[in-house]
Amino acid sequence: MADEQKPGGSEAPAPPFGEGAKPPATPAADAAKPAPPKPAAQPKPPAVMAATPWDSELARAVKERFGERILANSTYLGQNFIVTTLAAAVPVLEYLKLEADFDYLVEITAVDWPKRAERFDLVYIVYSFARNERVRIKTQIADGAEAPTATGVHLTANWLEREVFDMFGIRFAGHPDLRRILMPEDWQGYPLRKDYGILQQDSRWVQENLGIESGQ
Amino acid sequence: MPDTFLDSTELVLNMGPQHPSTHGVLRVILKLDGEKILGTDCVIGYLHRGVEKIAENRTYAQFNPYVDRMDYVAAISNGLGYCLAVEKLLNVEAPPRAQAVRVILTELNRIASHLLWLGTHALDIGAITPVFYCFREREEALKIFEQYCGARLTTHAFRIGGLQYETYDGFERDVKEFCAMFPPKVDEYEELLTNNRIWVGRLKGVGVLNGDDCKAYGVTGPVLRAAGVKWDLRKAQPYSGYEKYDFEIPTRENGDTYDRYIVRMQEMRQSVRIMEQAVEAIPAGPILGKVGKVIKPPVGEAYVSIEAPKGELGYYVVSDGSTQPYRVRVRPPSYINLQALDKMVRGALVADVVAVIGTLDIVLGEVDR
Repeated sequence: MADEQKPGGSEAPAPPFGEGAKPPATPAADAAKPAPPKPAAQPKPPAVMAATPWDSELARAVKERFGERILANSTYLGQNFIVTTLAAAVPVLEYLKLEADFDYLVEITAVDWPKRAERFDLVYIVYSFARNERVRIKTQIADGAEAPTATGVHLTANWLEREVFDMFGIRFAGHPDLRRILMPEDWQGYPLRKDYGILQQDSRWVQENLGIESGQ
Repeated sequence: MPDTFLDSTELVLNMGPQHPSTHGVLRVILKLDGEKILGTDCVIGYLHRGVEKIAENRTYAQFNPYVDRMDYVAAISNGLGYCLAVEKLLNVEAPPRAQAVRVILTELNRIASHLLWLGTHALDIGAITPVFYCFREREEALKIFEQYCGARLTTHAFRIGGLQYETYDGFERDVKEFCAMFPPKVDEYEELLTNNRIWVGRLKGVGVLNGDDCKAYGVTGPVLRAAGVKWDLRKAQPYSGYEKYDFEIPTRENGDTYDRYIVRMQEMRQSVRIMEQAVEAIPAGPILGKVGKVIKPPVGEAYVSIEAPKGELGYYVVSDGSTQPYRVRVRPPSYINLQALDKMVRGALVADVVAVIGTLDIVLGEVDR
């Protein structure tokens, strides 16, 4: 409780917590800390995920079936993922379910990268009971674009897509019941976007519904 | 008298958010034809605290205590999942001693969580007695947590890379005493309930969810196992050294509320078995692996999941190479399992909703996060 009030009370810790303050923080910390590897300063840590190509029977089968629409088959830390075009994501899910026994949709979520043209990563995780294997399907979607719904393939997708819509404002075309799920229905803004500050709130909603000036 | 007096019309009934059997602040809107349920709509989010947003604004270590506040009756499982996910990103493993203690505490927490479920579930259905017995034994488990880390519920027991604290003097003794004391108590609960005519009558055939439905709805944990699917992440994809312990995955065939009760009762016995084996051979050595004081995983992402008392609890963590996670997504078992409520109660009676919510074993802190 006390911790939560801290950023509001004293403005000092606000800059590191603010959105977009992260990239500058990294080089600063880098410069301050790694004093020992000074002579060999050239090999900077890679700014992208050091994923390696994923080659397996399944990866080849998916690539063969979907061709150009599979952008990459990669693996990182032993976890495999398929990068697809936006339109191919749900067909790939369906293919994996019907042809490769990936019958359990574990998760749908999104990651916001505001500086990128295709702003959001949309991530699906599926699991196969028969193979005891997990695969992630990743695709990119621009702000305002509609993603196809996966509810026709996996019933679980219903609430998961509602939560992605609630938190990121990504719409799913064909979803049977696309409403907010955790936030109040008439809330303005999408809290998990990076440009939504941690202390930000819909003050109109708070005043009208809670009868107080601020929720903080 | 108006003509409509004996008219039968559809009725909409609000159950919750203040209803005692909704285990917190769940609101279920029921569409009824008399007593029969035609459809439901869950209204959730009353306990939403934006845990995932908080994560992006804290360092990896600072966020660790927050995860305890999701499924607060199984805080240790939450902590274990988060620590394993960050350790995966860092590519480090907790030392053997830490892993053994982690297993003991997590299984003890599973028992504590199942005891809370059993007590409240029975209470919802009208059996007043079990809750007192369950809380009596749960107290013993919480005492061990308290001795270990000073907290009973939101324990923050683990640290990224290992344990937060070394075990206290007498930890092994306390765990062994618990393991010896507990199985006869489970017999006691079973004596009260398993063949009790009212209990069986209220649970058998209620809220059936078969294996295929479970997979379609992504339902995991005891609910899935009660439907005949022998799947437990501790066996399927072992973590923290679970592959070293000899235990069984209890399953049942019918997928109804009664079978889920039986499965959870047997799971508590299996947890005792795991703890007995683990406590016999806690290796000596350090309790913290090689992690720096500043936790700064390389750019990348990982999804790690564990078998929490409620089902598959997953953490999808994205790192941008800084000291704060870029994104933490929690895959909460309660949230996903609750989605199947509609399927389970359609065509049943209002009183069955109470039984089904109880048997799903949801914790609203985790549903809403």
